[in-house]
Amino acid sequence: MKPQTLFEKIWRAHLVREEPGQPSTLYIDRHLVHEVTSPQAFEGLRLAERKVRRPDLTFATMDHNIPTTNRGLPIRDPIAARQVRTLEDNCREFGIELFDLDSPFQGIVHVIGPELGLTLPGLTLVCGDSHTSTHGAFGALAFGIGTSEVEHVLATQCLLQDKPRTLLIRVEGQRPYGVEAKDIILSIIGRIGTSGGAGSVIEYAGRTIRDLTMEERMTVCNMSIEGGARAGMIAPDDTTFNYLRGRKYAPADFEKAVAGWKELAGDPGAEFDDTIHIEAAGLSPQVTWGTNPGQVTSIDSRIPHPAEFDDPNARKSAERALEYMALKPGTPLVDIAVDRVFIGSCTNSRLEDLRSAARFVEGRRVSSSVQAMVVPGSQQVKWQAEKEGLHQLFRESGFDWRESGCSMCLGMNPDILSPGQRCVSTSNRNFEGRQGKGGRTHLVSPIMAAAAAIEGHLVDVRQYELA
Amino acid sequence: MESFEKVHGVVAPLDLPNVDTDQIIPKQFLKRIERTGFGRFLFYDWRFLEGDTLDPEFELNEERYHGAGILVTRANFGCGSSREHAPWALMDYGFRCIIAPSFADIFFNNCFKNGLLPVRLSEEQVEVIFQRVRETPGFQMTVDLRTQQIQAEGGMSFGFQVDPFRRRCLLNGWDDIGLTLRHEDLISQFESRSAPPLIPTSA
Ligand code: SF4
Repeated sequence: MKPQTLFEKIWRAHLVREEPGQPSTLYIDRHLVHEVTSPQAFEGLRLAERKVRRPDLTFATMDHNIPTTNRGLPIRDPIAARQVRTLEDNCREFGIELFDLDSPFQGIVHVIGPELGLTLPGLTLVCGDSHTSTHGAFGALAFGIGTSEVEHVLATQCLLQDKPRTLLIRVEGQRPYGVEAKDIILSIIGRIGTSGGAGSVIEYAGRTIRDLTMEERMTVCNMSIEGGARAGMIAPDDTTFNYLRGRKYAPADFEKAVAGWKELAGDPGAEFDDTIHIEAAGLSPQVTWGTNPGQVTSIDSRIPHPAEFDDPNARKSAERALEYMALKPGTPLVDIAVDRVFIGSCTNSRLEDLRSAARFVEGRRVSSSVQAMVVPGSQQVKWQAEKEGLHQLFRESGFDWRESGCSMCLGMNPDILSPGQRCVSTSNRNFEGRQGKGGRTHLVSPIMAAAAAIEGHLVDVRQYELA
Repeated sequence: MESFEKVHGVVAPLDLPNVDTDQIIPKQFLKRIERTGFGRFLFYDWRFLEGDTLDPEFELNEERYHGAGILVTRANFGCGSSREHAPWALMDYGFRCIIAPSFADIFFNNCFKNGLLPVRLSEEQVEVIFQRVRETPGFQMTVDLRTQQIQAEGGMSFGFQVDPFRRRCLLNGWDDIGLTLRHEDLISQFESRSAPPLIPTSA
């Protein structure tokens, strides 16, 4: 048989039905559900008098619109409260396990899936959220879907899918000092653009990727969608298996499962539609300067001039972005002063992210002109971080320490920027108004965010001795 | 799902590339649990100044584009979040067809599931439409899914491609769930032959 890629192996193993000229029917092994994109799907089921086909493969949590302050208090926004209550009611009615606000396992849906061992190699996993690509870090085929598709999966445990293209991104060599997983993926998006991966599933490979921890791999796969790809994935290896061993929902006969997972890696000679090579040695810490994640550059450079872009669309985009961001071409990035710092989101709110930021802020004070907050990705992350005393380090340096949720990544809850405020953020989207109407976002790694909080402006972390 | 055969109407321009779904429908409106009523909030941060007054600078607010049924825009429309509230808001506002050189994947999919037709044309063709829209107040077009033709006053016409399966679903108003459930036996067969770790152990 023709050598197959990791993606092809998973795709084939999940085909329920294939018919020429039609999308394939693909079986879904895990369906994660949250409060924002599911109410209309459940309503659709009720109207059609349908049931959830596999409640045992469906898991829910609330993360997008919940407050990150005291959990003991009721949610003040009545419309948000109604949405949260609707998820509770739907889960009860349809028999779905829910990690609610009181659960020790609540958190951002893309943080808790892996943490609980719900995300496993070789699975198909979907969620009504574009950053479902995160779970591909385990060698799963994981992608975001719309609400109609949420309803479709609830009712049938299948999806109709056209076979995507495949894109191999190979990153080789030693990561330079100060370069984090976030910088790798931001560089990739800067290179391929926000639609460069359109219609594709990306497989990340190469020595640099192999050397990443599981949490770093999640950061990389998480932002595949920002490059326009449907999904990102990394072949499972010992790093993956070691992470999963002993997780709450991991397979009981773990070693047997591992034996199967080892077969998943792409066959030698398997072909991809496109391939990109990147040398890690050329990478540097990245910052976005514009209003989409592709408008990104190295921290030691200057704000570009729109005239530098040959493509008229890119030029127009850059002009508009600089106006919105209130930035002048030619300004050194490190001269940009910041008002807020947000460490959190499904990209960078896991334990290692918090450790790296906490180590940096230890013994330093947040600049008096900056308001800074840390929002752990899940209650488990929060609990573990507190056990290690990270919350103390953050608090002592002047950071707010919050309950888990999406928070200021999208500002559906009360955590938002005021118009004109400039925020350095570890999240994944710098769209106009994303963190609050008129708010300006610069995307960076956790350590770059920590450094900006301390200095009050963007900084090149390579100037510090990092532990 | 609402079926779609053709739309005839005023064409409105949105002359920006990479319009993301956060702009199409900002997050503060995603807390609703209904499918309808999102049109009021379409492009909210662009359409409105403080206190819900329409921003006269925003092109879509111009009198001549009121009641438009077709939106023409630039590349990579609908990127970002998977929120289906984006096509809901566009439809609720009155659009039945969006024309652009390219669309983001999830948004493109979501449109078809709601009876909103996304049409890909070349950059040059899109440019021609933009010019015509600007030159001719009240400029109208007909987008016909059956013949896969776009026709406008003054003899302009473009053919367009649509995936045949999606075209058939739209023309008939078929809903995907019903189609998939016709093969329920195959789903059951699949389930009976697939093994753990399909099923989470401690559940
Ligand atoms: S953290 Fe942000 S990007 Fe991630 S799921 Fe929540 S809102 Fe979406």
